Amino acid sequence: MRDKQIIYKSPVLPYLLILPELVIILLFFFWPAAQAFYQSFLREDPFGLSSTFIWFENYRYVLTDPFYLSSLKTTFFFTLWVTLFTMVSGLGLAWLVFQLKERETYQTFIIWPYALAPAVVGVIWYFIFNPTLGVLPWVLSLFGGNWDPKLLGKQAVLMVVIALSWKQISYNFLFYLAGLEGIPKSYTEAAMVAGASRSQIFFLIIRPLLAPTTFFLLTMNMLYTLFDSFGTIHNLTHGGPNHATENLVYKVYADGFIGLNLGASSAQSVIIMVMAVALTLFQFKFTDKGGRA
Amino acid sequence: MKRKIWTASALMALGALLWSNGSGEVEKADSAAAKAQGPIEITWWHAMGGANGEKIDQIASDFNASQNEFKVIPVNKGSYSDTMTAGIAAFRSGEQPHIIQVYEVGTGTMMAAKGAIKPVYEVMKEGGAAFDPSAYLATVTGYYTTAKGEMLSMPFNSSTPVMYYNKDAFAAAGLDPENPPKTWEDVEKVSRILVDRGVVSAGFTTTWPSWLMVENFSAIHNIPLSTKSNGFEGMDAEFLFNKTLVVKQHEMLAKWQKENIFKYGGRASAAGPLFNTGEVAMTFGSSAGYSGYKQNCDFSFGTSPLPYWASEVKGIQNSIIGGASLWVFEGHSAEEYKGVARFFNYLSSAEVQADWHQFTGYLPITYAAYDLTKKQGYYAANPGTEVALIQMTTNQPTANSKGLRFGSYNQIRDIINDEQEAIFSGEKTAQQGLDDAVKRANELLRQFEKANK
Repeated sequence: MRDKQIIYKSPVLPYLLILPELVIILLFFFWPAAQAFYQSFLREDPFGLSSTFIWFENYRYVLTDPFYLSSLKTTFFFTLWVTLFTMVSGLGLAWLVFQLKERETYQTFIIWPYALAPAVVGVIWYFIFNPTLGVLPWVLSLFGGNWDPKLLGKQAVLMVVIALSWKQISYNFLFYLAGLEGIPKSYTEAAMVAGASRSQIFFLIIRPLLAPTTFFLLTMNMLYTLFDSFGTIHNLTHGGPNHATENLVYKVYADGFIGLNLGASSAQSVIIMVMAVALTLFQFKFTDKGGRA
Repeated sequence: MKRKIWTASALMALGALLWSNGSGEVEKADSAAAKAQGPIEITWWHAMGGANGEKIDQIASDFNASQNEFKVIPVNKGSYSDTMTAGIAAFRSGEQPHIIQVYEVGTGTMMAAKGAIKPVYEVMKEGGAAFDPSAYLATVTGYYTTAKGEMLSMPFNSSTPVMYYNKDAFAAAGLDPENPPKTWEDVEKVSRILVDRGVVSAGFTTTWPSWLMVENFSAIHNIPLSTKSNGFEGMDAEFLFNKTLVVKQHEMLAKWQKENIFKYGGRASAAGPLFNTGEVAMTFGSSAGYSGYKQNCDFSFGTSPLPYWASEVKGIQNSIIGGASLWVFEGHSAEEYKGVARFFNYLSSAEVQADWHQFTGYLPITYAAYDLTKKQGYYAANPGTEVALIQMTTNQPTANSKGLRFGSYNQIRDIINDEQEAIFSGEKTAQQGLDDAVKRANELLRQFEKANK
């Protein structure tokens, strides 16, 4: 890459060229982030009429709040299951479609859900899962099942995991399919000639060759569940029952916008910011290595 | 060459900056010019959707047509909490509307925001509008009035919960459809009959579980929710509902949930469809839900006062209100406040109020509007619509039934909902759940107290 770098003679021009981008980043990312950081040390009434600098008391409050700890756990749980579920089904579907001659129709249908906004996904699943109006509870009731995600936390968690995964399966499918198409045919053909079985080809040849895709999707899915799940959760459960489906991001909203506790909410967003930065650095480091290898 | 590029880019950047500033100024100048020519604009942020939202637009346009000095512009800002958050954010950036509709659980927060709020009694006095607080229903205004009797916000859409019951289901189970249960003992008995005879899958549900089963339950049994007269006498109130009859009520509800006497249907008004679809035969909900049920139920239903425990009290005290009131933000001109006062005067006139009451099911906020509705024969033509008013006005409210005034109550209500869910699902006992709710809620009260010193 290094040889392609353009060397500017003036030291000013390159900075000027990135100025618009910088202005946008400063205005919409750094400025609010700095505000949140500052706010996280304040105790303030909602209207901002009086505020006291209280050092780390907001952080202390947040980190000893049992619901904060439970939202950490919920976030971890969501991330684990959504990532696992979407990657396994994305890869499975991609592998099946890959073996077809006519892929377009399947491809289109499977990618479709990805075009939906998270909030819309929430509404769709709300109607499917609604204990009174929904289809699924009705089917379950035929077998004597009791579906009540409004009261039973575990069912609500399952519901959110399914709704979150459904949309993201498309994304995983798309990347895995592209990954599969990028593997030179000669590898699999050689293996076939050598007498490898289908599962051997898949596990011993395809899987390792897809590793960069897998790693990329792993981080993307994690980021998705961590930060893009708000709309779905908001429309399905509002974080309930009794905080069972409240993840870190939803709690920031609930405390800040519903509870109007800006200090505690800001402290939480600072914590999330640190996590996001760490995750991104981690990803950069690994993809960089993967690229060079 | 190098120099040229440098200058060009610098000019471009400068131009962009100027453009962004300049256009803002042009916009401001434009609106100022419009103001000088046309009527003075009053913005009103509200949270009423659907038919009620259209009614608001109509009220505003009727007012605008009635005079040409002021123009009220209603803007829907989404849900109650969205509207309140939007208003607060707008105030922080100096863009606040004149009038904002805030739900009753936000009342404590708004009252404490002294520099942000212009009390309604002041607005009315300065605006020179005729204003007599005693013309308003005491149980409604009590909520929004200081200890000195000064009205801080304008009651607008207040409702109180009543019982709705499915008359067809009662008849199908061989019960008298004109004789709904009056006590919790009877609610249990009737529910068992309804379920045993296979008419419904559960006896009753409730909307707004905290408003109904904690707040109103306490008021109608005349028991305190907290010390300091439910918060009216000071910010240092502490909750007590883990030591009162509320515990027994939740024990019963948890037990009933297991026996299909009660079916939990979610927070806010999420339980509505359980009643609409005939899954349960009784529900408790806002009197303003009447028109909605009328639209959605394909069976005949009746309304009745909230039940009480006959083993504990002889009858109900009075229920408390929910809904919202209109607050006026600081930071506008005297001229504009005059317009607000004029509009509030129009809004509380008997005709507008009676129409609003009959259309939405919200309570009429003045005695004149109540009388006018009676005279118009509305209650006779729509039996059951007066239940809420009778329930509110029959008894003189006590310190326990005047209402409640707590900071952060929107969050506290969520806490109560949390713990109720834990109780109804059997995760916690009623005592445990309510103890935890009181503990967490008291912590919030203390935080609010500190932040508003």
